Amino acid sequence: MVKKVVEASQAIAEALKLCKPAVIAAYPITPQTHIVEHLSQMVADGDLKSEYIRVESEHSAMSACFGAACAGVRTFTATASQGLELMHEILHIVSGSRLPIVMAVANRAVSGPINIWNDWSDAMAARDCGWIQLYCETAQEALDTVIQAYKISENHEILLPTMVCIDGFYLSHTYEPVDVPDSLNGFLPDYDPVVSIDMKNPITQGSFGTPPHFQEFREQQYHAMNRAKRVIKQTNKEFAEKFGRSYGNGLIETYNIDKAKHIIISLGSICGTIKYLLEKDNIKDVGLVRIKSFRPFPEEELREILNEYESVGVLEKAVTLGIGGPVWSELRGLTSKPIADFIGGLGGRDITLDNIREVFDKIRSSDTGVHWLGSKLKGDYDD
Amino acid sequence: MNDEKEEKFNIGAHVYESSESNKTGSWRAFKPIVTDKCIGCGTCEKTCPDGTIKVNPKTKKAEIDYDYCKGCLICMNVCPVKAIEKEIEK
Ligand code: SF4
Ligand code: SF4
Repeated sequence: MVKKVVEASQAIAEALKLCKPAVIAAYPITPQTHIVEHLSQMVADGDLKSEYIRVESEHSAMSACFGAACAGVRTFTATASQGLELMHEILHIVSGSRLPIVMAVANRAVSGPINIWNDWSDAMAARDCGWIQLYCETAQEALDTVIQAYKISENHEILLPTMVCIDGFYLSHTYEPVDVPDSLNGFLPDYDPVVSIDMKNPITQGSFGTPPHFQEFREQQYHAMNRAKRVIKQTNKEFAEKFGRSYGNGLIETYNIDKAKHIIISLGSICGTIKYLLEKDNIKDVGLVRIKSFRPFPEEELREILNEYESVGVLEKAVTLGIGGPVWSELRGLTSKPIADFIGGLGGRDITLDNIREVFDKIRSSDTGVHWLGSKLKGDYDD
Repeated sequence: MNDEKEEKFNIGAHVYESSESNKTGSWRAFKPIVTDKCIGCGTCEKTCPDGTIKVNPKTKKAEIDYDYCKGCLICMNVCPVKAIEKEIEK
C-alpha cells in the first residue's frame, strides 16, 4: 500500500486501475472532472488496458457503456451536473436492463442560473432511475467505494448500476493523503456477466416489455434494490477484513451519538466539517448520522436511531421544490420526533462552522420547519 | 428466483432467443423496391438500420428481406444511382 497525496478524482482513477474496466466512455468537456483525464492518461501510458471511447456527449457516454455492458464487460464513466441530466434517459435503460455499470458523479448544481459548483441537485434528481447511490465523505472513501461498487453491482442477486457520489470541488479537486492498495487481493472477483454477445447463440437485449409484463420487471428491480442493503453491508465488512477500513455499517455511519440528545443527519463531505466542529466545540449533546447509501434508503437503521433521540435535523444540499429537502421529506415518515430541515450549500455556497452552530441550536429547540441556511433574502413570501 | 412466475421474467427483460421470430415487415407504410438500375455498390447495405437489405454476391444486385424491412427508406435516400423506388404498402 502506498500513501499518495491526491484529489478524489485521482483516487477514483487509482481505484479503476485496480478494477480494470474493459471499456471507459466519457465526454471530456465541462462539467466533466479530472477523473476521466487521469484515466485517459493511464490508458495512454499503458498502465490501464481499457478501451477508452471519447464520445460526443454524456448521452452517448452512457449509451456506449450500455452497449459495452450488453456485450458482457465491466464498464465505467463519470459525469456531473448537466452531464448527468443529459444521460438521464439512458440511466433508466441501464438499470432496467440490469447492467452493473459503475459511474462516478462529482455532485454539482444544475443550471439555471448557470452554476458548476457543488451541491447534490444532479444525483438527487436521478434518485428514481434505479441506480444505487453511495455518497462519500473523503477521497479515501471515494477510492474504496468504487471498488466496493463493482462488487455490489455485479453480485448476481443485485445487478443494478451504482453511482459513486463525491462532492464536486470539495472532494473532486481537493488533495488529501490516500492509501492506494497495490492490488485488490482477491476482493473483487472477475466480472461474470449474465448477458453477453455470443454470435452462435443470439439473444435479444433491450426488448419490449408490454403491459402484461412491464410491471414485473420494475418489481424485480425494487426487490433487487432492497436486497442491495444486505449486500452493501456485507461488502463493507469484507472490505474491512481485506483493507482495514470500513464506513459505518456500509449504509450509514454514526459519530458522537452515545451521549447525544439530538441528531444531525447529512451526507458527503460536509459531514467531515460537522465532525470537526463537534470536536472543536466539545459538543456532547449532538450526534451525527451520515447517510452513505441514499438508494437503497437505509430505512430500518434510521427509524431505529431517530426514535431514540429528542429531536433531529437534516442538513442537505438539495431541494425538492414544493415540499422541502429530499432527505428530510423521506425521513419525516420514519419518526414522530421533531425533525427540521436545513437547505444550504447550494451552487457551491460555503457552509461555515457558524452555519452549523446555528443548525445545532435550531435542532436543540425541536424546530420542525424548512430553513434556508444563511439566506440573504428578507421578505414575506406569503406561502 | 426459482418460482414459476419469475422463470418467465428474465432479469433485465433479456430474451434468450433471437428476435428473428418476431417479424416486423407489417410495420411498413412504404415498400422500397430495388430496380435494375442497381450497381451493387453496397451503400444501402451499410446504412440499413435493420440489416435487411443485402447485395446478392451472385446477381450483384441488392435484395430486401421484406419479413423485417420496416420501410424507413434510408436505403432509397442513400443510393447513389437512385436505384430504389417506393410504393405505398398494400
Ligand atoms: S427501407 Fe429501411 S429497413 Fe427497409 S431495406 Fe431500406 S433501409 Fe432497410
Ligand atoms: S445503394 Fe443503390 S446501387 Fe448501391 S447496392 Fe444499394 S440499391 Fe444498389
